[in-house]
Amino acid sequence: MSTTTVTTDAGTLRAGTLPSWAPLAVAGLSVALGALAWILGLSVVLAVLLAIVVFVVALPGWSLAEKNRRAATDRLVTALIWTAFSVAVVPLVWLIALVVKEGFATLSPEFLTYSMRGVVGDEQGGLYHAAIGTLLVTVMAALISVPIGIFTAIYLVEYGKKNRLAKVITFLVDVMTGIPSIVAGLFALALFVLLIDPAIRWGFGGAVALSLLMVPTVVRSSEEMLRLVPDDLREASYALGVPKWRTIAKVVLPTALGGIVTGVVLAISRVIGETAPLLVVAGFTDSVNTNLFEDRMMTLPVYIFTQYANATEKGYAYAWGGALVLIIIVMVLNLAARLIGKIFAPKTGR
Amino acid sequence: MSTITEPETNDSGSPLDTEVPEKARKHALGDRIFSGLSFTAGITIMVALAGVFVFLFIEGYPGLSVDERFYRPKTDFWSYVGPLVFGTTYAAIIALVLAVPFAIGIALFISHYAPRRLAGPLGYVIDLLAAIPSVVFGLWGGRALADQMKPFLIWLEDTLGFLPFFGGPASVTGRTLLTAGVVLAIMILPIITAISREIFLQTPRLHEEAALALGATRWEMIRMAVFPYARSGMVSATMLGLGRALGETMAVAMVLSASPIVTLNIISSENPATIASNIASNYKEASPDRQAVLIATGLILFAFTFAVNFLARYVAGRSERRMAR
Repeated sequence: MSTTTVTTDAGTLRAGTLPSWAPLAVAGLSVALGALAWILGLSVVLAVLLAIVVFVVALPGWSLAEKNRRAATDRLVTALIWTAFSVAVVPLVWLIALVVKEGFATLSPEFLTYSMRGVVGDEQGGLYHAAIGTLLVTVMAALISVPIGIFTAIYLVEYGKKNRLAKVITFLVDVMTGIPSIVAGLFALALFVLLIDPAIRWGFGGAVALSLLMVPTVVRSSEEMLRLVPDDLREASYALGVPKWRTIAKVVLPTALGGIVTGVVLAISRVIGETAPLLVVAGFTDSVNTNLFEDRMMTLPVYIFTQYANATEKGYAYAWGGALVLIIIVMVLNLAARLIGKIFAPKTGR
Repeated sequence: MSTITEPETNDSGSPLDTEVPEKARKHALGDRIFSGLSFTAGITIMVALAGVFVFLFIEGYPGLSVDERFYRPKTDFWSYVGPLVFGTTYAAIIALVLAVPFAIGIALFISHYAPRRLAGPLGYVIDLLAAIPSVVFGLWGGRALADQMKPFLIWLEDTLGFLPFFGGPASVTGRTLLTAGVVLAIMILPIITAISREIFLQTPRLHEEAALALGATRWEMIRMAVFPYARSGMVSATMLGLGRALGETMAVAMVLSASPIVTLNIISSENPATIASNIASNYKEASPDRQAVLIATGLILFAFTFAVNFLARYVAGRSERRMAR
């Protein structure tokens, strides 16, 4: 008697559950339907929407027919969540594919080595001046923000020890992360307009604006890395009679170096694509300027924006070329950061 | 005790007298320099943040009351900035409405649904979105997405035209507030996803397993165990995304040709401008007075985002304190 009920229970427990290939099959079907609609002339956006709707309706519907409402709800949510992820990947792939395709059409040795100075009509121009500007402004921004960022992190971890000031600084760094980039640009503009000249536009102002955006990232990542350094190392060093500053400089910092460098490189890759602050304070120009402290200075993001704003075929082509160069730089920096992190990472002594 | 200290002072008295203070002084100096440096760096950050406010205020204050013609097409500051604040908020809300469901879904996907081995790399794919510069997003939004949005906008006008948002007439260029909102949504997606994911992963494993053991389906488990635990984290993630969307400049400036107007319609070619995009598209003709007006609007944007971020951190901090208890 009891054995029979157990077996029937076990039978009903799995009864009505869809086969394990069901989601895949329904997904394939809906993608095929969407593709068909696209071939038949529907726009990409609508075709994707159609495929999604088919997937999200068909899978729970099937489950509802086979089992019950709770299972169907579960299927519905699972379908929605998988859809959400796949949909989010679409713009990423689309954007990168487009930048690579359009960018490579523009890329040429001339494009990389010419500036836009005196370029009229069909003459070939390039982004050399913008690349130089981006390099100088970014290096300057790093020179300003890296020492400030790292020393602040040292203060927070080694000296502050959760006192009131350290708490305030931590909070302010959090708030700084949320400063809109254009406000950072306006700040640099207002600062130098007030201090130097009402009509000033220079590369150094751009560097100041970028470092305002960079400092919080550097502080957060360095702080995290310094906290990972085991206290045993510090105490061992103190026990040998080494003063605190030498302990920090010779023991703590080298241990955390890999992580700190990774954080700095990531911060650079974050600000190298900033447009708005540079647009406002560094201005734009068609010629090469290698002096940060004088005259307007072109940078890659601003170059893309101004070429785009020209609204000519040529301008769009230049903008795509610039976008490709910028994306390559950002991706290389990201990869470098990951690599550095991998090589130096686990130095916690185990 | 005394037997140990006695020989020290007696035997090696003279070398210690000269050496130790020398070394100690050097150490003290090094320590003072180092702690001084790091203290200064920390103070610099406070000064910089205060400086942002002070300098924007000094330069922007005159912008509140310059000659009427600098507020074209309006006549005074508040009627000039009002529509901009509306546009900023409206665009950010559109972005949030689009991004939050996706972000929560993706975060759940990575924390609970994806095959364990794929979760890491897939999370990295979403992080890649955050690495793409905003100007490239703008370029893509203006040149590629806007084109593809056109039929969708027409469809919206035809089927949902009775709603004030989709009143039309649908823009022929596809450069509408909705398109800008989609671009913004993609840009704020990574930050909301990253924070929600962290919180979801922190859900106590026992709660989840208890729910499953009681016969809950996976979705019921998430509703009963994960969401209650993560609610305040999700709220603060959303608000951080809001802060990002409010201040984003290029994507909006490159997709929209906007003017300071107030309209709910998000698919026509008449679009409200945002504060940031208005600054970016007007800085060129910046005479000092005009510049002051733009800086004043920037100050308002700063105060706005500051308040939103402050609130977000407060919510996050409160939930952290509650969890610590």
